[in-house]
Amino acid sequence: MTTTTSPTPTTTAGPDPRGPAAGPTRAFLAVLWRDLYVTGRELPVFLAQVVLQPLFLLFVFGKVLGDLGFTQPGYTRVLFPGIVALTAFVTGLQSTAFPLVIDFSFTKEIEDRLLAPLPVGMVAVEKVVFASLRALLAALVMLPVGVWILGSIPWRSSGVPLFVTVLILGCLVGSCLGMILGTAVPPNRINVMFALILTPLLFTGASQYPWASLDSLPWFQVVTALNPLTYVSEGMRAALVPEVPHMQPWVSVLVLVVTIVVSLAAGIRLFLRRAID
Amino acid sequence: MEVGVEGNGQGPVVEVRDLVKRYRKAKVNAVDGVSFAVRRGEVLGLLGPNGAGKTTTVGVLTTRVRRTGGTACVSGVDVGVDPVRARRLVAVVPQRNNLDRSLSIRQNLLFHAAYHGVPAAERTRRASELLEEFGLADRADDKPDMFSGGQAQRVMVARALMHAPEVLFLDEPTTGLDPAARLFVWDRVRDLRARGVTVVLTTHDMDEAAELADRVGIMDHGKLLALDTPAALTRGLPGRTTLEVAVALDGSSAEDLVAGLGALDGVERVERVGAATGPPGGWPPMGGGPMGGGRPGGGPPGDGGSPAGPAAPPRELRARLYLLGEAPAMVAPVAALVASHRAQLTDVAIGAPSLEDVFIALTGRALR
Repeated sequence: MTTTTSPTPTTTAGPDPRGPAAGPTRAFLAVLWRDLYVTGRELPVFLAQVVLQPLFLLFVFGKVLGDLGFTQPGYTRVLFPGIVALTAFVTGLQSTAFPLVIDFSFTKEIEDRLLAPLPVGMVAVEKVVFASLRALLAALVMLPVGVWILGSIPWRSSGVPLFVTVLILGCLVGSCLGMILGTAVPPNRINVMFALILTPLLFTGASQYPWASLDSLPWFQVVTALNPLTYVSEGMRAALVPEVPHMQPWVSVLVLVVTIVVSLAAGIRLFLRRAID
Repeated sequence: MEVGVEGNGQGPVVEVRDLVKRYRKAKVNAVDGVSFAVRRGEVLGLLGPNGAGKTTTVGVLTTRVRRTGGTACVSGVDVGVDPVRARRLVAVVPQRNNLDRSLSIRQNLLFHAAYHGVPAAERTRRASELLEEFGLADRADDKPDMFSGGQAQRVMVARALMHAPEVLFLDEPTTGLDPAARLFVWDRVRDLRARGVTVVLTTHDMDEAAELADRVGIMDHGKLLALDTPAALTRGLPGRTTLEVAVALDGSSAEDLVAGLGALDGVERVERVGAATGPPGGWPPMGGGPMGGGRPGGGPPGDGGSPAGPAAPPRELRARLYLLGEAPAMVAPVAALVASHRAQLTDVAIGAPSLEDVFIALTGRALR
């Protein structure tokens, strides 16, 4: 630091309170810590919020329909990886979209963090990191939930590297898209947004069916190919149930990486527009 | 406009030059070429109606609004070029409660300091001190949504001080507060000034500006119309300093006396007021309003009480003298004149012009 700051009149005497390491990194970690702290305090509520929907999907489609004989015996092996993908994607999306709409439009709580000594774009990145961590936790919780509901889940240790890669990418892609929604949608449209955007995303993401099997329904195959969730679901299947027809893993990974880069850049731009007049 | 800062070698803490801001899709500039500087330890008030550009100016200085033109510096740091560094130097108390509702009051202070890199031990100590000082210690663990507007305001001021800013910006700090909360905020600002903290506050309340600010900048339509101490601003208003006199006439002519007063050096004009004299009987209520309307020079017609009826001449004259200079200097000449008319001066009151008068003189309309 240069000598431009002469003795500051402070509330209390003492050394410079900002300390030597008061850099943007430190501010970033403090802002992230705030979000983790608040989530940690209400962890049971958070988990109930994000796990209940995939839990019921898994229960009805995997257990109930199977036991009643409406689905083929192997269907849970198709469904489970898709549900993990869905949980990661949707939790990430909701964890950025909802808080940002509320923060920017109503509570303005985020202002104190926008005035912290770090670039405003890094506050946006923090939101994505935080939402991804939430999504990761929610998706991992689906593993024991799957064992509990289905009795067993498809798992193979050789698929773990791909599983972890796709899981992380799935969390990130959901969070980045959520930031676009949270900053682009006007607050009075929030309900409409979730009805018109979230519901289609849930059912066109190949989480309840393998994408390759849609040959017989070409138009729907095209529609699902536009949903990033499809690539998360397909990547999950490639990792956990390679015997089920699936996309080439490198296609899934590539599409996800590109989508993350593009949507993060767009999301940060929109975030800056909302944060700075 | 001159950037008036004492040349004591130390630059101004806040320096704004030719600042322009036009919002997206706006037809006019919200801030339109504003320049000013604030000395270390000074309290500067920006006074003006809503929409004058005060909040936008503060927004630029606190890095929340991107300027369209000009420069804005805090402690030599250009807020547009290095906003991250600028944010460590400023703190802002916004108009609206933006406290973190997920955190307690104490945690609001602690996390704010953590964002600014204040070491843990230091921020704990500082939070306790500020909570105590602001009378919040017993509610430190409550959530902010249980707080009234005045209490939330206090918490936000305390939060702003957590990272020991060079400049504290208060955006309409007392708008919407009850009188007690308002006085509390005023006291806090005085404390800050006593401590040497530089404060920039915006307000549309002229009393607040006069009460708290060392210098007041008057803004309207994005422009800074005047900037000076409250005393200097009002002193610059000819004919706005007044002297109200009450005279026991003892038979002398009110008209002659009024004419004599009007002829005194330094008196711009004389206005008779509240002719509370003689027999209150018969005269029709000839319009209380119009009297004020035709104020300059209208003189004689509105005389006190001579017409119709068993003419008892007025026994008292009350008049307001609009002065060109300072009021105290006029007391002696007025007394001498009254004595020369064989009348008796019974009351004298000096009326100082207010910032409201300054605002009217500058813009041609009232502040609210």
